[in-house]
Amino acid sequence: MPGPVQAIERAAAILRLLARGSGRLGVGEIAASLDLAKGTAHGILRTLHGVGFVEQDTATGKYQLGAALLHLGTSYLDVNELRSRATNWADALAARSGEAVRIGTPLEGNVLVVHHVFRPDDTLQTLDVGSLLPLHATALGKVLLAYDTDLAASAQQADLPSLTRRTIVNSSALSRALAQVREHGWAADAEEYMPGEAGIAAPIRSYGGLVVGAIGITGAVERLCDGRLRPRPELVTHVRSAARAVSRDLGAGR
Amino acid sequence: MTQRYVMSIDQGTTSTRCMLFDQGARLVSVAQREQQQYFPQPGWVEQDAVEIWRNVDRIVPRALADAGIAAEQVMALGIANQRETTVVWDRRTGTPVGRAIVWQDVRTEELVREFERKPDAGTVRERCGLPLATYFAAPRLRWLLDTVPGLRERAERGDVLFGTMETWLIWNLTGGADGGVHVTDVTNASRTLLMNIATLSWDDELLSFFDIPKRMLPEIQPSTADFGRTKRVVPGLRIAAALGDQHAALFGQTCFARGETKCTYGTGSFLLMNTGRDLVQSTHGLLTTIGYQLGGEPAVYALEGPIAVTGSLVQWFRDSLGLIGSAPEIETLAKTVDDNGGCYIVPAFSGLFAPHWHSEARGLIVGLTSYITKGHLARAVLEATGWQTREVVDAMNADSGLEASTLRVDGGMTADHLLMQFIADVLDVPVMRPIVAETVSLGAAYAAGLGVGFWPDLEGLRRNWHLAARWLPKLDATRRAEEYANWRRAVELTFGWAQPRQPV
Repeated sequence: MPGPVQAIERAAAILRLLARGSGRLGVGEIAASLDLAKGTAHGILRTLHGVGFVEQDTATGKYQLGAALLHLGTSYLDVNELRSRATNWADALAARSGEAVRIGTPLEGNVLVVHHVFRPDDTLQTLDVGSLLPLHATALGKVLLAYDTDLAASAQQADLPSLTRRTIVNSSALSRALAQVREHGWAADAEEYMPGEAGIAAPIRSYGGLVVGAIGITGAVERLCDGRLRPRPELVTHVRSAARAVSRDLGAGR
Repeated sequence: MTQRYVMSIDQGTTSTRCMLFDQGARLVSVAQREQQQYFPQPGWVEQDAVEIWRNVDRIVPRALADAGIAAEQVMALGIANQRETTVVWDRRTGTPVGRAIVWQDVRTEELVREFERKPDAGTVRERCGLPLATYFAAPRLRWLLDTVPGLRERAERGDVLFGTMETWLIWNLTGGADGGVHVTDVTNASRTLLMNIATLSWDDELLSFFDIPKRMLPEIQPSTADFGRTKRVVPGLRIAAALGDQHAALFGQTCFARGETKCTYGTGSFLLMNTGRDLVQSTHGLLTTIGYQLGGEPAVYALEGPIAVTGSLVQWFRDSLGLIGSAPEIETLAKTVDDNGGCYIVPAFSGLFAPHWHSEARGLIVGLTSYITKGHLARAVLEATGWQTREVVDAMNADSGLEASTLRVDGGMTADHLLMQFIADVLDVPVMRPIVAETVSLGAAYAAGLGVGFWPDLEGLRRNWHLAARWLPKLDATRRAEEYANWRRAVELTFGWAQPRQPV
């Protein structure tokens, strides 16, 4: 078994140091306190800065703990908890829209379906909780990509497989689509995943506005969209208000 | 035209919730507050009725504000509540004489044994439909009368009032000490051991059997009735319905026809079957209860199989063992393993309810080996709910002579897919969840809305029921039989554990 990694031990010591006292220290003070060469301390601080664990005051040049570190412990949301907290609003969305509802979170380059409510017409349907959907070709996936830079970057580096003749397969077209999602606050797909089917989705946010999942409806394209494949505004409104209601329950906006 | 809504308050075992529904029975707003539970001694479970009342005072305005709805838009208020939880308060000050004694509390165990020895003990069941057990309200009320100094005299003078939670809330909402209405509904009254199940009125023989002064009891009303208007919290709301939470869930699942059955998974779990106008006496350990009574109509009866500990076992796993951070994480933890590893948990925390009725049983974990991890324990926790459901379904089938072909489920635990799949597996029937899993709140809203004409009739309500999820059985029959046999052996090991204190 490999031994401890010295650089990580030193980074941890720097974070502990910053967590004490006034919490604002210059690189010289940090190097002196931990008996490190100034260059070594500086290198570690730049790396921590890069991942958002420390911030640097532009006026004094001093370092302090970063916001990303403070959210580290609270950003995790168990998917079963997400389902449990969202159930009421997912039900209400299915009842209002008349369509099937799904909630998705990212998993290994896909959308993991964590919740599914049947289309409320009592036809034969099968639960698909636990199944995976493509990020780039579904409304749920586009929402997840739009609010997660790392996820979007890795999705765009990978191949964008064509699933229908409307699937976005070009990475700059996907970038434009994601910018639109951020601008409007919701995403749609019209026959991009399955011929004849469309989807509308919006982000679920947790504390501090962090996007933890997406909620959306899917159904026949002629029910969800108008003749020019534009999503019907009243359905978009239902999806967005359900997303907001779940987010409120999860503590977004507090 | 202004939108109109119906409000429900669900005063449950762990929290109180206020919900608003539109005419399509769709949830519009919800506000919730948990109340503290007190466990002052082993087997004792208490809550502060004043805290519960304050929570109602906070959540009702919040539910309206969140949805931007004015009080005038609310056509009616329906109340559903945890049943059998007992509170006694001073009619002039509104102050409870002590904490409310919760339905899970087993402090009356010895008292119940004394009642069982009385020569006329055999008549209790045929009069009220219930076995003598610590679960129901009358022994708790008697315990309070026996132990709180001066309480019996105050009760006989008419200075103190008894109620379950709906009675307490309606009395407070309609003015409290300043003209509050002291009422209950037939479903809640049917859980006291004091109401005659055939005449639907307080039974003088039972009152004398338990030695309870009639003056302290509320007036019994149908489930939908004119319970008065609110004078406090949000004044002017018309209280049009009150039901015990499980009866509300039966109503919310639209189990209006004879033979229709539902199971609600919450703190405890409760299987109820509508038996229509027939009063069916169980021979397999189930209870005879009132399903609901709409104002002016005959009561609809039900058979019930209550299971004391299901969701509360998950809470115990979270709060007392600290193995998970939130209740839904039990599913995540359980999925870290493929099976229970030979481990079974029988949560007889308050004895065992249906179909066993062993008050002296206590919980156990059996089958421990060094192989067992917390993942196996999490599985055993969830499986306990599945097997307890199986036992009650078996009893229901035997009593009714019908084989249940599906199970309609609702309640918070239906969000747990591992559990719902397991229930389908052990029952070997499809498990169906309707689109509103909050059927307790929905049922209270339905009853209230029906009472004021917001919804025209039962058939209209039935059209609102839609399937939201369905789990199909997958387990093979041999495995199911083996596991059930193991569970039953584990249950037998819990019997006879608690012993009456021996005189020194």
